[in-house]
Amino acid sequence: MDNNKVITAHELTKRFGDFTAVDKITFEVTRGEIFGFLGANGAGKTTAMRMLSGLSLPTSGQATVAGFDVYKQNEQIKKNIGYMSQKFSLYEDLTVKENIRFYAGIYGKSDAFIKEKTGYILDHLHMTSEANKLVGSLPLGWKQKLAFSVAIFHEPQLVFLDEPTGGVDPVTRREFWQMIYEAAETGITVFVTTHYMDEAEYCNRVSIMVDGRIEALDTPGGLKRTFGARSMDEVFLKLARAAKRSE
Amino acid sequence: MGAVTVDNIVKFYGKKEARVTALQGLSFDVQKGELFGLIGPDGAGKTSLFRILTTLLLADAGTASVDGFDVVKDYKAIRNRVGYMPGRFSLYQDLSVRENLEFFATIFNTTIEENYELVKDIYSQIEPFRDRKAGKLSGGMKQKLALSCALIHRPSVLFLDEPTTGVDAVSRKEFWEMLAHLKQQGITILVSTPYMDEAARCDRVALMQEGKIMSVNTPAGIVNEFGRPLLAVKNTNMLQLLQAMKSCEGVEDAYPFGEYHHVVLKPGGEAAVKTILEQMKMPYEQHPVTPDVEDCFMALMRNKDGQ
Repeated sequence: MDNNKVITAHELTKRFGDFTAVDKITFEVTRGEIFGFLGANGAGKTTAMRMLSGLSLPTSGQATVAGFDVYKQNEQIKKNIGYMSQKFSLYEDLTVKENIRFYAGIYGKSDAFIKEKTGYILDHLHMTSEANKLVGSLPLGWKQKLAFSVAIFHEPQLVFLDEPTGGVDPVTRREFWQMIYEAAETGITVFVTTHYMDEAEYCNRVSIMVDGRIEALDTPGGLKRTFGARSMDEVFLKLARAAKRSE
Repeated sequence: MGAVTVDNIVKFYGKKEARVTALQGLSFDVQKGELFGLIGPDGAGKTSLFRILTTLLLADAGTASVDGFDVVKDYKAIRNRVGYMPGRFSLYQDLSVRENLEFFATIFNTTIEENYELVKDIYSQIEPFRDRKAGKLSGGMKQKLALSCALIHRPSVLFLDEPTTGVDAVSRKEFWEMLAHLKQQGITILVSTPYMDEAARCDRVALMQEGKIMSVNTPAGIVNEFGRPLLAVKNTNMLQLLQAMKSCEGVEDAYPFGEYHHVVLKPGGEAAVKTILEQMKMPYEQHPVTPDVEDCFMALMRNKDGQ
């Protein structure tokens, strides 16, 4: 297979009873790409992400993630990806250092690796003096930046970010995207969902799901041309307004 | 007297050593019939303030009134007059749609029929599912039911805590259309949101950050306070362009803003920006833009940090 493709999906489908949550989606994501995964509530994004991260078996279709098959090799997929969501990412009643130690331990990293990289990350985030503070006591913006660093601590090929900037102030939101760019520069592929349409502009390519299908997939510029729209917000509204189902 | 008055309200959490100040002395008024927005990220203090105004939490200092009643002394009167939709879904999951609405009507000594006119536009959208358990509704429908339940006793002041968080752009627009409709019926509405673009939908907004109000004004007034020239720029290497703009002597601040970078100019800074765009030898675009509320919010954050 093509080693440059971190995700390949062909007619990937998930049905729950007679409800088709994800309906034959076909797309590829290239190594080092920042890929925006957009859609209205209930369009099927979460179900698709659960299949791609090895947590849910597809009903039909094929997909590989980080070179592994979603049916047979889902355990290898889990080891080669990172995941971060807005809702839950770190343990509030563990310290900054303990959280890093815990996640790195789960991914089987050596003590020497953990020690060296923990120092680097704390330094990079200017959080060295917070190392022994409980995560629950940190401001939200710091937590989100730390959560992202923890999600890519084990140097995965691909990281899934599920609304990573929800509720974050506008300055921190931009600092967070700076970190996404830095991660992509090191070759980590970024798969990100967001409700902020300005953030769609920061992606290399964007897909928009409507009623379980990928209705559009292109660069932000390409999408705006195709739909004769001035902004990604307009593109999104044009597509999502046509949706038949809500959650 | 305004529908809501807030005078120097302070709220702490935690014991002395680990004390967190959630609200650092807030003051503002909301007029009758106004649609008033509290705009700010998580941790700004929006929920604490709503809980104080709905008499569910006591402030550590300061006074506040709702519909002319004191939030401490007259808490019972206030509870009869306000509607409150908390951030998290607050309905009874194992009661049906109809049962939830009936429950809320009953505890306020009224009936659905008596105030049906007020909730009709919203409730009629979920009425076809009246026998479905609330826990089985989609997110959008839950939101409509929660709003109906908060309105069924015809409150004079309605508090909506982040009703659009985690909601997609289409549903957000629909929700704001519902609020505009309610406003026409004379209800005072206080609504909080982390989405800066929603400020434009309000009569006036308070921009909040870390327990403080940075500014209270109309959306147009907030934009007028910005008071500096703002440029939108782009070329074919946006990352390099951002670095170049940040280090440019004519520039006070530069940050990504969707397709463009926004560049806040120092007085007479245009020439320096133009020089850099030319020096980068790439096709570029630059034009002045009107700041929006997000630009203003960032400028206020920067001033506060003294940078």
